[in-house]
Amino acid sequence: MITEIGHFSLILAFSIACVQAFVLLLGAQMRWSGWMSIAVPAATLQFMLTAGAFIALTWAFVNSDFSVRLVTLNSHSLKPMLYKVTGVWGNHEGSMLLWVLIVTLFGAFAAWFGGNLPPLLKARVLGVQALIGAAFFAFILFTSNPFDRIRLPPFDGQDLNPLLQDPGLAFHPPFLYLGYVGLSMTYSFAIAALLEGKVEAAWGRWVRPYTLAAWVFLTVGIGLGSWWAYYELGWGGFWFWDPVENASFMPWLATAALLHCAIVVEKRESLKSWTVLLAIVAFGFSMVGAFLTRSGVITSVHAFASDPERGMFLLLILAVFMIAGLTLFAARAGEMHSKGVFSIASRESALVLNNVLLGVSAFVVFTGTIWPLVSEIFFDRKLSVGPPFFNTAFTPFMVALALILPVGAMLPWKRARVGRVLRQLSPAFALALAVVALLWAIQTGRSILGPVGVALGAWLVAGSVSEIWTRSKGNAARALRFPLADWGKAVAHCGLGVTIAGIAGLTAWEVEDIRAMSIGDEMSIAGYSISFEDVARVNGPNYMATRGVFALSRNGREIGNLYPEKRTYPVAGMPTTEAAINNGFFRDIYVVLGDRQHDGGWTVRTYYKPLANWIWGGAILMALGGLLSLSDRRHRVAAGARGTAAEGISA
Amino acid sequence: MMKRLALVLPLFPSHAIAVEPDEILGNTILEERARGISAELRCLVCMNESIDDSNAELARDLRILVRERLLEGDTDEEVFQYIVDRYGEFVLLKPDMSGSNLVLWLTGPAIMVLGGALGVRHMRRRSPAAVEDEVLTREEQSRLSKILKDNAAHSDANG
Repeated sequence: MITEIGHFSLILAFSIACVQAFVLLLGAQMRWSGWMSIAVPAATLQFMLTAGAFIALTWAFVNSDFSVRLVTLNSHSLKPMLYKVTGVWGNHEGSMLLWVLIVTLFGAFAAWFGGNLPPLLKARVLGVQALIGAAFFAFILFTSNPFDRIRLPPFDGQDLNPLLQDPGLAFHPPFLYLGYVGLSMTYSFAIAALLEGKVEAAWGRWVRPYTLAAWVFLTVGIGLGSWWAYYELGWGGFWFWDPVENASFMPWLATAALLHCAIVVEKRESLKSWTVLLAIVAFGFSMVGAFLTRSGVITSVHAFASDPERGMFLLLILAVFMIAGLTLFAARAGEMHSKGVFSIASRESALVLNNVLLGVSAFVVFTGTIWPLVSEIFFDRKLSVGPPFFNTAFTPFMVALALILPVGAMLPWKRARVGRVLRQLSPAFALALAVVALLWAIQTGRSILGPVGVALGAWLVAGSVSEIWTRSKGNAARALRFPLADWGKAVAHCGLGVTIAGIAGLTAWEVEDIRAMSIGDEMSIAGYSISFEDVARVNGPNYMATRGVFALSRNGREIGNLYPEKRTYPVAGMPTTEAAINNGFFRDIYVVLGDRQHDGGWTVRTYYKPLANWIWGGAILMALGGLLSLSDRRHRVAAGARGTAAEGISA
Repeated sequence: MMKRLALVLPLFPSHAIAVEPDEILGNTILEERARGISAELRCLVCMNESIDDSNAELARDLRILVRERLLEGDTDEEVFQYIVDRYGEFVLLKPDMSGSNLVLWLTGPAIMVLGGALGVRHMRRRSPAAVEDEVLTREEQSRLSKILKDNAAHSDANG
C-alpha cells in the first residue's frame, strides 16, 4: 500500500512539474503576475510529493518488502540497517529517484529563500527547473519505475553488492548527485537570464552560491569515491581515469571554471556571455555523466544496444536541454554587454586564463572518455583510452594552472603591476625551489615528478599564505576580520596544493612488495618491519572472512597490529578484500592478504604509501574553503538580497 | 554481475589482486620494465583495468607472456608490437599517435591554442586603450544629436 502511495505521489509530482513549468514560463513571458505567483507553492508541493515517494521506497527497503522488485534485487533481510537505507540509491531506479528528489529540493530551496529575486527572474528560474524535473520524472515513470511489484515475492533478497556495503561508498552517490543536480540550478539561472536578455552583476551574485554548493558537493563526492577505491579495492589505487570517474570529474572542472568567472560577472560586469555559456555547458557535462553511467554505453556499445530504451531517453533529455540552451544562447549572447574594462595584466585576465586552462582540461577528459566510442563508430578502430593517456594529456594543463594560480590570485582587479606581485611572492617561490632541491637530494631514485609535484603544492600553499599576509600587512587581527570568502579562497587554494603534493608524492615514491609469507615470517619495507603472526576465520553479519594478523614495528618499536581480511558474501556470491592500513601524516602502511599458496603460505602485498592522506586532506580543505566562501555573509544575503556594493574588496 | 554493477556505480569496483609472487622475475631491472609495460596493457576481460591490476586468468597469462618476451631479449616496443599483433590495438591503454587517433591527441593542444587566442583577443578588446578609442556608432551619434537638439529647442522655448 505504501509502495503504491509512493508511486502515486511520484506521478502527482510529475504532473505538478509539468504545470509549474508551463504556467511559470508562459506567465513570465506574458507578465501575468497571478500565474507567476504559483512558483512557491508549486515548487514546495513538488518537493514534498517527491520526498513522499522517496520515503515510501526507503520504507520498503527498511522493512525488506520483497514484493517490491527493486528491494528483492538489491537487499537482504540480514543486511545491516545502514546499508538497507543506503541500498535505496545503490541501484539504477533508486538513484534516479534520489536525482529528482534533489532537483526538486534545489527548486524548493530557490523558491523559499529566493524572496528577493526579481519576480520575473524567479518565475523563469523555477519554470526551467520544473522543466528539468519533469524530464527526469518522465524518465523514471516510463523507463525505470522503482515501485514495480513482483507477483510471487521470494523469501529473501539477493543482497546489495558487497562492495557497496561500505560507509565511504554509501554516501558517495548522494554527494555526487547533489553536485550534479546543483548545476541544474545554474542552468536554470542561465536560461532565465537569456530569456530576459540581460545579465547583471546581481545575477552573478545569485548564481554563485549554487555553483559553490555544487562544487563543494562534487568535491566531497569525488573525494569519498577516491578514498573508498583506495582502501577497498585492494592495492591502494585512488584514481583510475575510468569513464564513470571522468563523468564526475568533467563537471567538477567546469564548475571550478564557472565559480571563477561568475566572480568576474559579479565584481566587474565582464565575461557575461562566457559565464552564461559555461553555466549551460557545466550542466551538460553533468547530464553527459548521468548518460554515461546510466546507459552503460561506455562499458560497451553493445550493452547499450541490448537495452537502448533508458540510454535513448537520457540522450534525448540531454539533447533537448543542450540544443535549446545553446540555441537560445546563440540568439541572445549578443545582448550581453560587458561593462568592465581591464588591462592585460589584471585579475580579470588571470581569471580568463584560469577558465581557458580548466575548460581545456575538462574537454581533454571529455574527448578521452568518449574517444573509444567515436573511434569505433566513425573509424572502425576498436581501442582503449586509459590512465597512461590521461596522465600524459591532462597533467600539463594542471601544472600550468598551479604555476599561475598564486600570481593570478594576488593580482589586483582592472590594472595590475605583475612585477610587484612577483616580488610579494618571492619568498613563496624561494620556498618551492628549496623544496625541489631538498627532495631531489634526499630521494632515492631519480623521479622528477615527486619533487616537482610537492614543490608545486608548496608554491600554492605558500602563495595563499603570502596573499593573506600581504593584504593584512602581517597583522593577524586584521587578517581575521577579512570576509570569509577571502579565507575560503585561501583555504581552497591551499587544499589544491595539498592534493597535488599528495598525488605526486604517492605516485613517485610508493614502495610495493609482493611475496609469499608463512606464519612467523618477517619482512621489511621502507624501514618498517612487518611480521606475520596469525590467520583466523571470523564471521560477520552477512559475510565470512579470513583475517590475518600482522605486527608492524619500526626500529624495534611496536607501532600496532594490522588485520587485513578476505571476505566472502555468500548471498551475493562475491569475494572482497579489506586492506589493513596504518595511517600516518607522512605515510600509510598498507597490507593486503592474498590467496593461500600451495605450500601453506599466503600471498602478502605490502605497500609504503607516502603522503597518501594528503590527497583527501586536500579535498577536505577544498570543500572547507568552498563552505567558508558559501557562508560569507554576502552570499547568505545574496541567495536573495543584494549585498552592499561597498563590500566588493575580495574575490 | 560486473555489467550490472557498471550501471549502478558511480565508480567501478574492480576487485583486484594482481601480480602473484611466483610471476616476479629475479632480474629486478627486467621486472621493473615488465611492470611498466603491464600498466599500459588492458586486461581484455575486465572493465578498464590494466593487466598489472587485474586478477583475471587472462591477465595473468599476458603478464607471464610479457615477461617471457623480455627474457627473450625483446625491447619494450617489440613486446607491445608482439601483443598488439595478437590481440589488436584494443589492448593498448595509451592509443598510439597515428591516423584518426591524432584527433584525440591533438584536441587538448589545439583547443588550448584556440582558447588562448580567444582569451587574448577578449583581453585586448577590454583593455582600457581599446575601449577609450571606441567611437560612437551612427545610431548613438544621431540619438545624441537629437537629444542635444531637443534640449536646445526646449531651452529656446523657455528662453
